[in-house]
Amino acid sequence: MLVFLLRRLAQSVFVLIAMMVVVFFGVYMIGNPVDILISPDATPAEIEETMARFGFDQPVYIQFLKFVGNALQGDLGRSFVHGEPAVQLILSYMPATLELALLGLVFSVAIGVPLGVYAGYKADRWQGRAIMTGSIFGFSLPNFWVGMLLILIFAVELRWLPSTGRGETVAFLGMRLSIFSSDGLQYMLLPALTLALYKASLVTRLARAGTQEALMQDYVKFARAKGLSETRILFVHVLKNIMIPIITVLGLELGSMIAFAVVTETVFAWPGMGKLLIDSITTLDRPVIVAYLMLTVLIFIIINFAVDVIYTLLDPRVRVRGEGV
Amino acid sequence: MSVLDIRDLQTHFFTDAGVVKAVDGVSFSLAAGEVLGLVGESGSGKSVTGFSILRLVDPPGQVVGGQILFQGQDLAQLSNREMRSLRGNRIAMIFQDPMMTLNPVLRIETQMVEAVRAHERISHAAARDRAITTLAKVGIPSPAERLAAYPHQFSGGMRQRVAIAIALLNGPDLIVADEPTTALDVTIQSQILAEVQELARETGTALIWITHDLAVVAGLADKISVMYAGKIVESGPTGQVLRAPRHPYTAGLLGSIPGHGRRGERLTQIPGMAPNMARLPMGCAFAPRCALAGDLCRKTAPGVSDIGGGQGYRCHYPIATGEGVP
Repeated sequence: MLVFLLRRLAQSVFVLIAMMVVVFFGVYMIGNPVDILISPDATPAEIEETMARFGFDQPVYIQFLKFVGNALQGDLGRSFVHGEPAVQLILSYMPATLELALLGLVFSVAIGVPLGVYAGYKADRWQGRAIMTGSIFGFSLPNFWVGMLLILIFAVELRWLPSTGRGETVAFLGMRLSIFSSDGLQYMLLPALTLALYKASLVTRLARAGTQEALMQDYVKFARAKGLSETRILFVHVLKNIMIPIITVLGLELGSMIAFAVVTETVFAWPGMGKLLIDSITTLDRPVIVAYLMLTVLIFIIINFAVDVIYTLLDPRVRVRGEGV
Repeated sequence: MSVLDIRDLQTHFFTDAGVVKAVDGVSFSLAAGEVLGLVGESGSGKSVTGFSILRLVDPPGQVVGGQILFQGQDLAQLSNREMRSLRGNRIAMIFQDPMMTLNPVLRIETQMVEAVRAHERISHAAARDRAITTLAKVGIPSPAERLAAYPHQFSGGMRQRVAIAIALLNGPDLIVADEPTTALDVTIQSQILAEVQELARETGTALIWITHDLAVVAGLADKISVMYAGKIVESGPTGQVLRAPRHPYTAGLLGSIPGHGRRGERLTQIPGMAPNMARLPMGCAFAPRCALAGDLCRKTAPGVSDIGGGQGYRCHYPIATGEGVP
């Protein structure tokens, strides 16, 4: 287990270094941030002064080494626009995105798993076919369109739910969260549902395929021969066997939900990291973009690691020798 | 009254290639504590017969005719719920491959306790106690600790013991064992055979032992039914059938077993292969492989000839008693 952990750690460090290079030089190639930072009619002396203040007058490799040195100390630069440290800025936007992504994840599991298992159970009947056809819509409808449609139906026509914004927030562990107040939750429902739709269809299809395969196994027949109810067979015997591929995909998808909720956050004016990223790109706020991408990599690394750990909880056969027996 | 009475059972599979009569007019009965050996080659319909009893035939298979009377009650008349309350409770089944029958991701404890609690309102602790007792009965050492283990932590023989323990949990009246020792090595096989026989005798449980191996049932079964192409071609008390088989197929099976007192003798084999069940020949299904077959065999299927003493066969030209193996 220790060897496995160390190997994973080394891989992660390599990924981080590679990302640093790609991100830094990639972003460096875009435009000149000084043009945005100072007024167009500034004197050459003023421009020079600004360049020196942000270190733009130095050669690229020096800037990069400085960036790496600072990054190792957890300092990814200071936002040109907000004047705050970039990491701190992103972290202040993160709770909003995290809670949205988590609720989206809960929705996609709560919708996708039961539908998928049922569709697998009734694979040859109309119920199974209907669910599969429905999931194609979930796949192919673009996020922004679904978001706008939901707003149109639930906010404009029915007036059941608010359309945009974050609603009331409650302080929790030093973060402002909407998920714990009923008002905030109302604001979250539509964006979370929009975010969940694609993943739910993905989970549905995975769960269906897994269920169909598991139902043909001898252990299902044996469970029937024991006189167990179909519900217990489906939601204990089958479900536990199909969770591994589902967890794998969900892990990766959670990362993408956190990192790339950009479209959904824009449609619902949700003040999360995605919206911050878009704003930073339009203002060429380099440190924020770089920090955002670095954090994204970090999130993916952490999630993948967590997924590996969850495997061992789900499948005893993955567990390391030495325990049990 | 017999525990199980099967009359003219027909189980057909409706495939694209046509209707396969996997079980075609099978009848037998079983008294409490009695052991029946159901013998046949792969594809002879013996396993399907077993699954038909539990109403667990997978589509496109379907029981289309006949009666399965369990303690006088026709199983076909029961609702799904009633049938489920019999399964694992009054009628248990043991499967062929112990590697596949236990759920790999659930603890033995979960899989045993749920089998008890599916049929009885009983606390988890009480169900667990019964699981421990039953595991000990089938020869699993330190059963209380082993309950926490997962199937992959057991050897094949141990897993089959666990499966047998699960079958025994609720003290069933009938156990259908579908080649339970085929996947195990020979020493384990004989151990398990002896144990199951003893357990069945102790509790008065009737047992159907499905196998392709006549040698296995020789020491175990009270009576034997030999299946070929969906029909029972010969049945009778074990000793009688093995000593004086009347059907050429039974004789052929016996002739292909190496045994004591037959040193130097040539083992015979049954020529040809098991028939394609979707395209059975007219007349007797065994005729193409039978040395004794005549024109009659190729035209009409033989009916059952009852020769008394519980023995019967389906053959136009049976082997005369005392003639021995052809």
